[in-house]
Amino acid sequence: MKFESTVTQIQADNIDTDQIIPARFLKTISKDGLGDQLFFDWRYNADGSHKADFILNTDKAKASKVLFAGDNFGCGSSREHAPWALTQYGFQAVISTSFADIFKQNSLKNRLLPLVVSKEVHQQLREALEAIPDLQVSVDVETQTFTWPGGPAVTFTIDAFAKHCLLAGVDEIGYVLQHEAEIAAYEAKRFSTLNTLAS
Amino acid sequence: MPSKPRTIIEKVWDNHIVAEREGAPSLLFIDLHLVHEVTSPQAFSGLRQRGVKVRRPDLTFCTVDHSTPTTPRSLPIVDPIAATQVAQLEKNAQEFGIPYFGFQNRDQGIVHVIGPENGLTQPGMTVVCGDSHTATHGAFGALAFGIGTSEVEMVLASQTLLQKKSKSYEVRVEGTLKPGVTAKDIILALCAKIGIGGGTGCVFEYTGSAIRALSMEERMTVCNMSIEAGARAGLVAPDEKTFEYLKGRRFAPKGEKWDEAVAKWKELVTDEGATYDHSILIDADSLEPMITFGTNPGMGMAISANVPDPANVTDSLERESLRKALVYMGLQAGQPIAGQKIDVVFVGSCTNSRMSDLRAAAGVLKGRKVSPSVRTMIVPGSQEIKRQAEAEGLDQIFKDAGAEWREAGCSMCIAMNGDQLTPGQYSVSTSNRNFEGRQGKGGRTFLASPQTAAASAIMGVVTDVRTLA
Ligand code: SF4
Repeated sequence: MKFESTVTQIQADNIDTDQIIPARFLKTISKDGLGDQLFFDWRYNADGSHKADFILNTDKAKASKVLFAGDNFGCGSSREHAPWALTQYGFQAVISTSFADIFKQNSLKNRLLPLVVSKEVHQQLREALEAIPDLQVSVDVETQTFTWPGGPAVTFTIDAFAKHCLLAGVDEIGYVLQHEAEIAAYEAKRFSTLNTLAS
Repeated sequence: MPSKPRTIIEKVWDNHIVAEREGAPSLLFIDLHLVHEVTSPQAFSGLRQRGVKVRRPDLTFCTVDHSTPTTPRSLPIVDPIAATQVAQLEKNAQEFGIPYFGFQNRDQGIVHVIGPENGLTQPGMTVVCGDSHTATHGAFGALAFGIGTSEVEMVLASQTLLQKKSKSYEVRVEGTLKPGVTAKDIILALCAKIGIGGGTGCVFEYTGSAIRALSMEERMTVCNMSIEAGARAGLVAPDEKTFEYLKGRRFAPKGEKWDEAVAKWKELVTDEGATYDHSILIDADSLEPMITFGTNPGMGMAISANVPDPANVTDSLERESLRKALVYMGLQAGQPIAGQKIDVVFVGSCTNSRMSDLRAAAGVLKGRKVSPSVRTMIVPGSQEIKRQAEAEGLDQIFKDAGAEWREAGCSMCIAMNGDQLTPGQYSVSTSNRNFEGRQGKGGRTFLASPQTAAASAIMGVVTDVRTLA
């Protein structure tokens, strides 16, 4: 996983999943068509027309793979519709100083990279974008590096297993199902005493 | 050799490790998987594509709550998309052989209300659900947390979850709550203190005399909003209150098994000398009834306080967030919150829809009338609670006061079932989230306790229940 891209900025802290995709769009039973609903209430007027000044409605954002936001991105609900909507729009990474736990897990399972940077790097990137709005950044999961021309060489952390899954395209559920013997052994050992629901 | 002292969080974790492999997260066994209509359809589709069954339908339970209307059950679900979603869960439950408390079932209710109510949630369990408020079940000393839809599929297929261990965070609440101050105020105060990202990466253990003094229902209110302070889970070590609550419930162990279980459950305490990664002390005596003024649950304050001024915030992004929040809320820096005019009062949600919450609201509303300018909705958390409240005559108190008494569901907590604010409306709500649009596009939410909500309904403005004549 390696890509270059311009950066789409939504600079607010604590962007919650109700903003990323409002609950009324969660009545779907499929994963499709969520890209158009991304940031719906920030993106559309009451009559359904685009808000001209909202960044996601620009061609530049549509071509961008990187969303750059404030602290604690993705807080709120467990809805996986949030990373589904972000990836369907075209994002492959979100940059923030921190992510809510469930959002982070959900993102990694959908090949959306939650890229954590320090407050200092966050500030440097904001300044760089102010000077050059079309700045191209590079992300490389293999080497865990994040760079831009004239910027620092940033090494980001990513859980080793998540990295392996991203790079090798591991199907985590398939991986877990390979533990059949261990799961069966655990069940045999434990149900006699503790779990009273087991039939 | 004495083993190393452990927290209850570590004990529950250790008990559930199925496998640990180098370079991978732990594989954790899940004792109880609760499923609802919104975050499960894509997981069941995934199972079908794989040709895999649900491994433990006996440890899995389904109900409908989120997109389910709270209008009389004799009426059909008018929203065709919601109706399809509800029908899909019924179909999935049937096909995979999972118990299902459906729309017309007498046990239907909010997933985090019916689990404890039926004795499904028990101490020492791992409990998951595709819903971030799964932390509610932590009130029983269970390790309970929300998961995404891919993880729902993983648990359906394997009854296990790949999981990295969280850090532990002790939230110690010592002292005695003053009259008019509730469990909801404890958790809103915690959110205000550490912020909505304050507990990220952590599991809370709530300890201290003020937590011990809470009833099981009140502990559920506290644990419920752990996620609102960023923690994935929050729990309270079980005690006599826990056992007493569980005894005799439908799925609780019976006879000899009960005694055996209680003996095991009693071991679920944090050992003396065990250490936490983080800790905080909250003084219960100094707490006031709380209310939020902004657009996340961490933007809360005592109801007698004034709205903060962004000019006093040093961090530029934080200042901007607060400024934007006040614009959205239509509030001025420095203004009092008490006296703010409101349009809707909502008493309900998995935070505050249980008997003690309804009794608290009824206690305030009894013999009074809600303001004619306020729509007041009282929504029980389950059909069982609805029956019980009606047996006690609470429904009559609500109706006499001019409030609506509705069927069980998430209702106006989430605005995807027909119950919602219209743009610009203000609500005082006992739910758990005040995000922009959470209760309806453009709607503006003040989070508070059932007592504060009821007092505000009467006065038509945000009201400190202690000032009610
Ligand atoms: S009541 Fe609200 S928070 Fe609770 S499960 Fe329903 S939608 Fe989620």
